[in-house]
Amino acid sequence: MENVKIVLPDINNLNQWDVYLSSGGFEGAKKAFSKTSDEIIDIVKKSGLRGRGGAAFLTGLKWSFMPKTTDKPKYLCVNGDESEPGSFKDRQIFEYNPFQLIEGIIITCYAIGAKVAYLYIRGEYHKWINLMQKALDETYAKGYVGDKMKAVFGTDFSCDIFIHKGAGAYICGEESSLMNSIEGKRPYPRVKPPFPAQNGLWGNPTTINNVETITNVPAIINKGWEWYSAIGAQKHPGTLLFGLSGHVNKPGVYELPTGILLTDLINNFGGGVPGGKKIKCVIPGGSSMPPLRGDKLEGVKMDAESLKEAGSAIGTGGVIVMDEDTNLAKVLARITKFYYHESCGQCTPCREGTGWMLKTLNRIIRGEATSPDLDLLINVASNIEGNTVCALGDAAAWPVKFMIERFRDEFEKYVKSSVVIPVPNKVHSMRKTAVPLEGIRK
Amino acid sequence: MTNNKFLKSMSFKFTEENLKRIEQARKKYPTSLAAVMDTIYIAQEQNKYVTHEVMQEIANVLNVDPVDVLGVVHFYTMYFSKPMGKYHIQVCTNVSCMLRGAYEIWDKVKDKLGIDNLGVTKDGKFSLEEVECMGACGYAPMISVNGNYYENLTKEKVIEILDSLQ
Repeated sequence: MENVKIVLPDINNLNQWDVYLSSGGFEGAKKAFSKTSDEIIDIVKKSGLRGRGGAAFLTGLKWSFMPKTTDKPKYLCVNGDESEPGSFKDRQIFEYNPFQLIEGIIITCYAIGAKVAYLYIRGEYHKWINLMQKALDETYAKGYVGDKMKAVFGTDFSCDIFIHKGAGAYICGEESSLMNSIEGKRPYPRVKPPFPAQNGLWGNPTTINNVETITNVPAIINKGWEWYSAIGAQKHPGTLLFGLSGHVNKPGVYELPTGILLTDLINNFGGGVPGGKKIKCVIPGGSSMPPLRGDKLEGVKMDAESLKEAGSAIGTGGVIVMDEDTNLAKVLARITKFYYHESCGQCTPCREGTGWMLKTLNRIIRGEATSPDLDLLINVASNIEGNTVCALGDAAAWPVKFMIERFRDEFEKYVKSSVVIPVPNKVHSMRKTAVPLEGIRK
Repeated sequence: MTNNKFLKSMSFKFTEENLKRIEQARKKYPTSLAAVMDTIYIAQEQNKYVTHEVMQEIANVLNVDPVDVLGVVHFYTMYFSKPMGKYHIQVCTNVSCMLRGAYEIWDKVKDKLGIDNLGVTKDGKFSLEEVECMGACGYAPMISVNGNYYENLTKEKVIEILDSLQ
């Protein structure tokens, strides 16, 4: 079962039209058009396909939320914003298998009744945007998408696909922010409910799926849900693109069935840690997911349910490995700096809290922090979590909260050698000029 | 009437070709506001950076409020409100890159060019930016020159790349 590759098959030049077509390309779309849209949603539901964007929500169920009878136009947004540190899987799809993504978009549009799909790709990926645009132009020229679809597929259905280029904002990966970005507004996340399936792009029913999720769809329709649901973990079937980075000998993207052991992924596929060092910490699903202790990795499986039991989450499958010599305070400060930078500023807990956490963490790095500062960090993180419009607040809070909780011994070492600064207000005390350091040492 | 740069001289105008590209972008969306991001990119390509005057012209062309354009320009990091160098160097220092020595690369580039974050060299040849994750975590550390990725770097390779840019 280990050799199953759905999203990135081992076929050379799959990004060329002829190769894709001769290796079974667009068979899924042809099969799809012989079925009703309800049947397709049913197949995807039975397959157990779950979203690859972080929340691992059931894709078929999400599609079924789209209203069946409505006068409004429906939209599909495909999320290729991919800005989570540790996650670099979608660019492989844009580069090596763009036509399967396009085929997936066509099938999804048909299933949910959307006439227009927007493929949102982050602005930094302009090389991959060009590759994707080239593939899309070719598909248009061959009549597989657009108003010539009738001649190719013999169906009355037609849809258009447009690429929307982002401009460097992590928050646009959040679905409602992504919609605001496409609409040309300041991309603040929207309050939910109403959910996108009722009130999405320009107030119309909209579905948002990750690039990798959509790329799985043609294979499911082509080979059947029974085949798909037998791959990998029972409750989270299929394959995942695991992005391995950090302290490993062979970093990169590996497509493997879900439910693979984390230690297998790091040691067998990633070639272990350089210098044979021990692992101190692993973030299993992109920087916002709770980190795991290196001495508690035995038996941890890489699928949504197993990781939840282990106290983390699958996220985007971006595995970041840190060896025993890593300074976790610096890592945590860098992660927090990212969320501080990317917070859109709409909700106070996130906008202010990320800054407070960063200041406190920088104080730890400078060796000026004390043990209660660690509790302060957990306190601030807990006050961000769940108190914001979108999940960026949680994403910023989790690494801080769980890393300090799980590596308390480690962090105590960082604060032990600190100078005690007798200022009651902890946050203001970090202003170096407030108290002359030399005076305290005497 | 002091300091009203907004209305005084409107010297920025889109070229005919770019106006056609904007028209093309508008066709993708049901509203013209949605084409604002594409239009800002086109304007930045033509003018190198986005001033109030440029934003006003974008608003005129798209028939939207200039404030909407301003709000979008200022939100994103890939639109520049001041001129950047001929070669815009971006160094990722986020966690995966950091674990593989990105800060050494960052220091090396900073020393070599003699500028700090968002600085421009005096001859206008280089500008430097410390960026958040660029999606090259498995090929870290990395830099990007005018949007082209250079991956799996060492300190020596970075110097080689900078020297090769003329």
